[in-house]
Amino acid sequence: MTFNELKKNLKKDFTDFKPLKLALLGDSATQFLAQAIRGAGYNQQFDINVYDADFNQVDRQILDLSSELHTFQPDIILIFEAGHMLLQKFNKTEADIHAAFAENQINRIRHLVDTLQNNLKTKVIYFNYAEEDDRVFGNFANKVPSSFIFQQRKLNYLLAEYATTNAALYICDMSAIQSKMGRELLFSPTIYIASEMVLSIDSLPVIAESVVQIIAAFQGKFKKCVILDLDNLVWGGVIGDDRLDNIQIGGLGIGKAFTEFQYWIKKLQQRGIIVCVCSKNTESVAKEPFEKHPDMVLRLKDIAVFVANWENKADNIKRIQQILNIGFDSMVFLDDNPFERNIVRQNVPDITVPELPEDPAEYLEYLYTLNLFETASYSSEDANRTEQYQKESERVAVQFSFTNENDFLKSLNMLSDVQSFNSFSTPRVAQLSQRSNQFNLRTVRYTEEDIKRIIASKRYMTFSFTLEDKYGDNGLICAIILEEKKPKELFIDTWFMSCRVLKRGMENFVLNTIVDYTRDKGYQTIVGEYLPTAKNALVKDHYSNLGFIQHDDFWLLQTATYQPKEYFINTKGNLKL
Amino acid sequence: MKRAEIISQLNEIFEDIIDEGSVSLSETSTSNDVDGWDSLAHIQLIVAIEKTFNIKFSSDEILSWNNVGEMIDCILKK
Repeated sequence: MTFNELKKNLKKDFTDFKPLKLALLGDSATQFLAQAIRGAGYNQQFDINVYDADFNQVDRQILDLSSELHTFQPDIILIFEAGHMLLQKFNKTEADIHAAFAENQINRIRHLVDTLQNNLKTKVIYFNYAEEDDRVFGNFANKVPSSFIFQQRKLNYLLAEYATTNAALYICDMSAIQSKMGRELLFSPTIYIASEMVLSIDSLPVIAESVVQIIAAFQGKFKKCVILDLDNLVWGGVIGDDRLDNIQIGGLGIGKAFTEFQYWIKKLQQRGIIVCVCSKNTESVAKEPFEKHPDMVLRLKDIAVFVANWENKADNIKRIQQILNIGFDSMVFLDDNPFERNIVRQNVPDITVPELPEDPAEYLEYLYTLNLFETASYSSEDANRTEQYQKESERVAVQFSFTNENDFLKSLNMLSDVQSFNSFSTPRVAQLSQRSNQFNLRTVRYTEEDIKRIIASKRYMTFSFTLEDKYGDNGLICAIILEEKKPKELFIDTWFMSCRVLKRGMENFVLNTIVDYTRDKGYQTIVGEYLPTAKNALVKDHYSNLGFIQHDDFWLLQTATYQPKEYFINTKGNLKL
Repeated sequence: MKRAEIISQLNEIFEDIIDEGSVSLSETSTSNDVDGWDSLAHIQLIVAIEKTFNIKFSSDEILSWNNVGEMIDCILKK
């Protein structure tokens, strides 16, 4: 989209879109960037209300706690300092401290971000700096710590390093945008002279889209799964016709393109993206390369759900979705065949189906440009996800062999570890709070910082639940936050659960656990609330199913008269609450 | 290219960028005569005109025009 098209979005109807407050601070004029961000938000159904500070007020707005910024109470603060302005700052610095320029800047940035985070409950997105090489030293600058380009690159590195230690600080990678677009396209000197704006009109949509992708990830809108066709996507040629020896893969010719594509998928899988296969093939034939071809990077253990048959792909994808229990909007389908792509697009609502280029040599470069897998969190547990879904496939298969649901649940030998939130579970609780859409009663999103605050507060009681069974360990899958709003009464601020463990009686076990615990502490009433979203209809009747009584918009349960529910989950060790 | 042709092309550009209904420019039109032609819109207009006529204005020129006629003089010089 062009900037002018984004600007026209501003006149459209934002009713029913998710409202968000974003403050934009910059050291150059940012009116266009503000418009572009609101316009790009429209495309993702966000009603982004932008407070655009007057330019060159970054420090004042942040450090003055009574400034417009602090009064505005933004959800997100976006700080845009331009590479061009950084160079001006460097120019005005005494030459003898040029070698300490990056360190001094990062200290200033740390102070700004700390001040924000101590005073506003907000996420901060900081742009890193586009390169502006003044060529004072030419290539030799790389050997001179006091050169501008040396300091500018060091600052980008220090900024990334700082972000690894600050959970609520995110970096928008302007340097990557510049390397993709080119410096001449990003910065227009004539426009800068006439307007104090450092971004070209043509770069605005790209930059705004990048910001909105980060914001979407904050809101839980991100991709969790990629579904692959096989022939002419994962390898060159048709396995059913060409046979194992003749498919193209490996170090030669076009084979390189497929091998490199596989390495990319492998890295996504290692990051926690679920990789599935959906191919029109005989299953044994389709699996052969994964088992036997020496040059295959992807192996069967990397594939969470493998579907190869002759039925139509839209139906097969719906089957995969049932096993994974994630929204279609979090799935990406890759297929070289335009016909299959269209069938899937028409029959599977909300799934992302990239229009791959015809030449396999161009697949990867094209896929990089789409930035499909933006995320707002990463934990080491993500990497185990494939195994967990493979086990879920097994469980689904075994479940069919039991006629009685309870017999099946008993046979699973389920164990749960119940604890209050602690420093070990905090990252996972925060991550699940960002990711859970379907089994989430109020869909309040919490960051790690928020969870730490809740743990520290006496007003809250927290519970985390893990679940393991004879097929394996699902890890932490459910979290409860109770808030004492009135004496003797607890409000269920948060109840979310991973959809991996639906239909195991986990809800009953969780409710028994909280009622027992809170009754012992002298609480009489537990109050639930269901806040509907586009995705959580699954738990619409959650509280009525569990025996809560409706009272206006809330659901009440009396602990004294509570009848414990049946469940088949044993507690692992003692409750550590 | 004739001045009248340029004016009619400029009209289209202005209507698209300013997006506040029809515009009828003349040689003597200034930013006071056209609703929505503010300093921000001016920047966008310059970029759009440069693209349409495949030309590049200097920073002096961008700041120098007093009316549409002077803008056209500048386009014709390129």
